[in-house]
Amino acid sequence: MFVLTLFTRIVILVLAAASLNLIMGYGGMMSFGHAAYLGIGGYAVGILAQEGFGSGFLQFPVALAASAIYALVIGALSLRTRGVYFIMITLAFAQMAYYVASGLARYGGDDGLTVYKRSDFGGLINLSNRTQFYYLCLACLLGVVFLIWRIVNSRFGMVVQGLRSNEQRMQAIGFPAKRYKLVCFVISGTLCGLAGALLANNTDFVSPAVMYWTRSGDLMVMVILGGMGVLFGPVVGAVAYLLLEELLSQVTEYWALIMGPLLLLVVLFGRGGIMGLLGRLNRG
Amino acid sequence: MVRSVSNHVARSILSCDTPQPEHDLRTRMLLVVEQFLNGLQFGLLLFLLAAGLTLVFGIMDLVNLAHGSLYMMGAYFAATFVAWTGNFLLGAVLALAATLLLGIVLEFTTLRHLYGRDHLDHVLATFGLILFFNEAVRLIWGPAGLALPLPAWLTVPVAILPGIYYPAYRLAIIVVALVVALLLYLGVMRTRVGMLIRAGASNREMIGALGINIKLLYTLVFGLGAALAGLAGLMQAPILTVQIGMGENILILAFVIIVIGGIGSIRGAFLAAIFVGIIDTMGRAFLPNLLRQMLSSAAASTAAPALSSMLIYLVMAIVLVVRPEGLFPANRRFIRKRAATCSY
Amino acid sequence: MADPLLRVENLVRRFGGIVATDHVSLDVAQGELHAIIGPNGAGKTTLISQLTGHLTPDSGSIYLGGRDISHLAAYRRSALGLARSFQITSLLLDFTVADNVALAAQAHAGHSFSFWRNARKESALRTAAQAALERVGLAHRGGVLVSRLSHGEQRELELAVALATKPQLLLLDEPMAGLGVTESARMVKLLQELRKEVTIVLVEHDMDAVFALADRISVLVYGRVIASDVPSAIRQNEDVKRAYLGDQQVVTAHV
Repeated sequence: MFVLTLFTRIVILVLAAASLNLIMGYGGMMSFGHAAYLGIGGYAVGILAQEGFGSGFLQFPVALAASAIYALVIGALSLRTRGVYFIMITLAFAQMAYYVASGLARYGGDDGLTVYKRSDFGGLINLSNRTQFYYLCLACLLGVVFLIWRIVNSRFGMVVQGLRSNEQRMQAIGFPAKRYKLVCFVISGTLCGLAGALLANNTDFVSPAVMYWTRSGDLMVMVILGGMGVLFGPVVGAVAYLLLEELLSQVTEYWALIMGPLLLLVVLFGRGGIMGLLGRLNRG
Repeated sequence: MVRSVSNHVARSILSCDTPQPEHDLRTRMLLVVEQFLNGLQFGLLLFLLAAGLTLVFGIMDLVNLAHGSLYMMGAYFAATFVAWTGNFLLGAVLALAATLLLGIVLEFTTLRHLYGRDHLDHVLATFGLILFFNEAVRLIWGPAGLALPLPAWLTVPVAILPGIYYPAYRLAIIVVALVVALLLYLGVMRTRVGMLIRAGASNREMIGALGINIKLLYTLVFGLGAALAGLAGLMQAPILTVQIGMGENILILAFVIIVIGGIGSIRGAFLAAIFVGIIDTMGRAFLPNLLRQMLSSAAASTAAPALSSMLIYLVMAIVLVVRPEGLFPANRRFIRKRAATCSY
Repeated sequence: MADPLLRVENLVRRFGGIVATDHVSLDVAQGELHAIIGPNGAGKTTLISQLTGHLTPDSGSIYLGGRDISHLAAYRRSALGLARSFQITSLLLDFTVADNVALAAQAHAGHSFSFWRNARKESALRTAAQAALERVGLAHRGGVLVSRLSHGEQRELELAVALATKPQLLLLDEPMAGLGVTESARMVKLLQELRKEVTIVLVEHDMDAVFALADRISVLVYGRVIASDVPSAIRQNEDVKRAYLGDQQVVTAHV
């Protein structure tokens, strides 16, 4: 039972990391505020449930739409800048979302909001059944990875990757850079909102803590650890990171004491993440 | 931490939460003055943090998320040393020295290997450092927070104007931070090392060409930044509980300040910090009442906490729309010059 | 004479105290190869960057085919048929040669908000890319990563990318920079072919190339156009001789 819940959590966070990889790995947009969507998707489910709208057919579209709108506004503002500014600004806006959630007294404020009833999809699927829920999450993940694969190989994906590589050149051959980046930013945020809605169902709970900036950091670490701009990079990275966390926390209560320096070592010596390492091994 | 500041503020203005008819203009004015000074004090603390961050970024091109950890370490060192020595000032000086040393060790062992690397590498590596520091603090000092009691001579209210009293300690913070800001300004603008620092901020290759020991300069600058963060932490410690993660929220405020002020600019950081400190404090103090006058009280009490915590981010958004490179970009002239030389 | 394809009127751009473009006026007729020469620091690239929209002029106007484009963004100008190559090679280094050119073709095949079809399998884009590559003689290198090309090949690819956008006007910023003798000769031959189909503004230091190719030459010194005429007249021009005092033999060598 515990294992299934852990695996469901891993699958959901892999989904979130995969969505981040779309903007970070393929689009070159270093967003440090991706956890905000986990919260927005989660709160959409939680708030609607509390207000008596238990249908998943309402909750999930609302979760996605709310994430998309947030991404549109934040993206339009943040994409006016680049580089470190972009990192700092996405971080600051996510922190704003965190404080707003903390201020929602009606919905639990700091303490968070219990989701007493999981999203109701009629007779289609029962989310309270752990196995069924796990397969739903897995299906969502596979769907999203497939979607991302199609996107990065499409005309749109080519443009986004071109912008990562050389924005000036892309503008010179006739692409309005910001428009494409913004759409990419919104797609990524929307997909992460899906992860948020699933996460709230998995924990039966949503709180500001899921949007805390260290969660955004975790997602970034997963993507980088796995290998940026590689389709299955975030899958490998997230699984490795979460299992390592689980493993270390069984060895010692102070697992972060090992994890922190480990990250440092990965940065200093492990370029290209795990997938990069595998690639180098392959080439001999 | 930021929230605890607002709690503190809320406590000190509790009397104002339900406006009494006999509240005359004078009490209201006093309240505004008090909150303004609180905002100034908070802003100056933020400046100490932001100055180190912006210096390190401007000169070494290093994004240091662990800057907030140095702030936290400053507070923990202060709580420990004051308890050991039984003397507040002595403890504070020792804590400052310890943070400086920690900064230098940190630079020497890890961070200098990150210079010239991708910003993303910096983010990842210093994120790892945050995990490490938070856990190390939990291991050494335990998960519960520490308190740093003030000596009696710092707790008395001081008359700043006839009839207007303000806590001596907060006044001391304002004075110390202003002095440090002035020294920093003079140091950067008037001394030889400061000249190098400014040169380094706008042209990294140039100081190399001048044959200056860059490694030493970098270590010094990082140590200075660490000491400033430590100073902010140890001064804030008596006002708040010293706790794990205290550096992280304030770090994000420091980011907001740098974004508003313009990266690499001490002057921009100073003005933006004071601006943010005052807006944030005054917003939290007066926005609820203001909203109550405009909206129904139920709507106001729902919206007020969310809105007042959003305030500075809204300000940041506006600045971004108007001036994407910040209000006082440090090397604007340089950037323009570089654009000119590139395009020739 | 018909309306010029490109008309520049009183263009001014300052950097701090330096006037990099000082009331420049220029006409480039349809089908012409117009060269811009001038000593280092004369403001040639600054001028090109204003034409393409990478820099905004402080005052003055730019017309393309009679339309005022002075305040259009770079990508809009590109859509109107203005293409450039960069002085310092500016390509997507981690893309293949074919992908670089295909993206340029894609830019002019309507918007790119297509999320599902595999762009690398769209025959229209691939054919256009292949055609542009053949023009510059890189057809056999399509699958190679740009970072693995030689410098000369990268310069040719720059040209192919610009061509793939089907431009009316091609702005070439020192296409021979850094090329060896044989490579330069190939580039001159290539430009000789291209000029039959497209109007070209050529910024170049290589005087042999300029005098061999240009219909007209404008001489830029300290941001000002001091002369604009056919090559033979430019050779005789006293102002130009004076401005090029150090390089005088370069100009007179072709008399």
